[in-house]
Amino acid sequence: MTSHPTAGADSPKPAFELKAATFTLPVIRLLGIDMDAVADQLGVKVDQAPDFFRNTPVVIDLSGLPPGAGQIEFPLLVGLMRGFGMIPVGIRGGTEEQHAAAEAMELAILGDAFVRRTPPREAASQPDPRPAPRPAASPASAVAEEGVHASQRLVTRPVRSGQRVYAPGGDLSVVAPVSHGAELMADGNIHVYGPLRGRAMAGMKGDISARIFCQDLQAELLSVAGHYRISENIPDEVKGVPVQIFLDGDVLRVEKL
Amino acid sequence: MGKTTTSAALAMGLAQRGHRTAVIDFDVGLRNLDLIMGCERRVVYDFVNVINGEANINQALIRDKRCDALYVLPASQTRDKEALTKDGVGRVLEELGKTFDYIVCDSPAGIEHGAHMAMYYADDAVVVTNPEVSSVRDSDRMLGILSSKSRRAERNEAPIREYLLLTRYAPERVAKGEMLSVNDVREILSLDLLGVIPESKAVLNASNSGVPVILDTESDAGQAYHDAVGRYLGEDLPHRFLEIKKKGFFSRLMGG
Repeated sequence: MTSHPTAGADSPKPAFELKAATFTLPVIRLLGIDMDAVADQLGVKVDQAPDFFRNTPVVIDLSGLPPGAGQIEFPLLVGLMRGFGMIPVGIRGGTEEQHAAAEAMELAILGDAFVRRTPPREAASQPDPRPAPRPAASPASAVAEEGVHASQRLVTRPVRSGQRVYAPGGDLSVVAPVSHGAELMADGNIHVYGPLRGRAMAGMKGDISARIFCQDLQAELLSVAGHYRISENIPDEVKGVPVQIFLDGDVLRVEKL
Repeated sequence: MGKTTTSAALAMGLAQRGHRTAVIDFDVGLRNLDLIMGCERRVVYDFVNVINGEANINQALIRDKRCDALYVLPASQTRDKEALTKDGVGRVLEELGKTFDYIVCDSPAGIEHGAHMAMYYADDAVVVTNPEVSSVRDSDRMLGILSSKSRRAERNEAPIREYLLLTRYAPERVAKGEMLSVNDVREILSLDLLGVIPESKAVLNASNSGVPVILDTESDAGQAYHDAVGRYLGEDLPHRFLEIKKKGFFSRLMGG
């Protein structure tokens, strides 16, 4: 009945445009994993220029770490930086394992192409500066891949009463029911695509930004970074529906999705 | 709970269809299977004797008088469950596996040593549960153990195939809300049902008289077990006896 609409008349105005832009961000280049030392030094820097760091996005650079430095305590580091007013947005360099840990903290992994590589200052005297960010590409690749899998766990069979599943250093996804008396634990988030009737504990190592997502909440206990709620204290209106559970200050919130 | 009744019925059902079947009582110290199979007076040697090398397997096996393809390996009443060793049980099962099509292991209650021995070498597991919250919870725990502590799990092989059998089901009590329904159980355990055995006097009568209830083809429980065996062997049969029976005038007169 109506004629074909002309292109301009009916189509709404575009809500956004997709563009690329380049920003210069401050980079904190870690030279060790001792977070106390980092805290001390950061404190001094921030005292010198408090305005400079307020609400400033910051990238954490791991390429200056000595090889085999071990796991970085991202929850601590991120908390520390936020405490000084900075907004940690991502990391660059580092190992696959560190990437996984950073992802668990919702930090972006910034590609090598994003920033220029510079050899660490201490290493500048070395005759052949090796490509810093991804050490030992070929021989370690198998190990690195395993690291990715180890830090995020996928469970496809029902988690039965009395069983415990732990995802160290990352997220746990369960694509099956979780029974009464079963226990899910993760250092990062927990996702359950099925009824959650047992216990779920996210942010086991104190990550207060960890969340629990589930399709059908019937849990006995929910906890994020040690703040917990038992079934009795979960309101009826959020039971049996898809929800997310997260920390808001000191309060563990259960919200419908 | 109905584990031994079920073991006896399933073993008899498999044997009746012509499969050579052995049924082993793992409930050392509380043996019951021989009573239910009606062969308690013919026990000479038992499972523990065989494990300890005091008798060979053929001396201990008791052939069923009603069905040529069925043999019973009774448990010892005088020992305790520690007498079952992993190696010993493995040896006996391997020996039996050479000549039998099916070996039914009747597990004792609980999650202790005896139950562990009964399930360790299993390929298939039938979890028997009652329509009560506590029983279903225990079955859930048992299913968890099946998937993590069996030989198949230790060797990273395909997991044990799990089957669920609901016994002592009373539709009248489900309707009154005194029992979990078939769908409740199915949902909590997220497993499909091999069979639903109605609560029936026939089960008690059968146990007392030493005749596996599956031989009582008149009874609803016997028919339900018959269906369960059929489903286990791959037949597609609808579940019966899930609805409340309407008593007709005649059956009322005859007392049901």
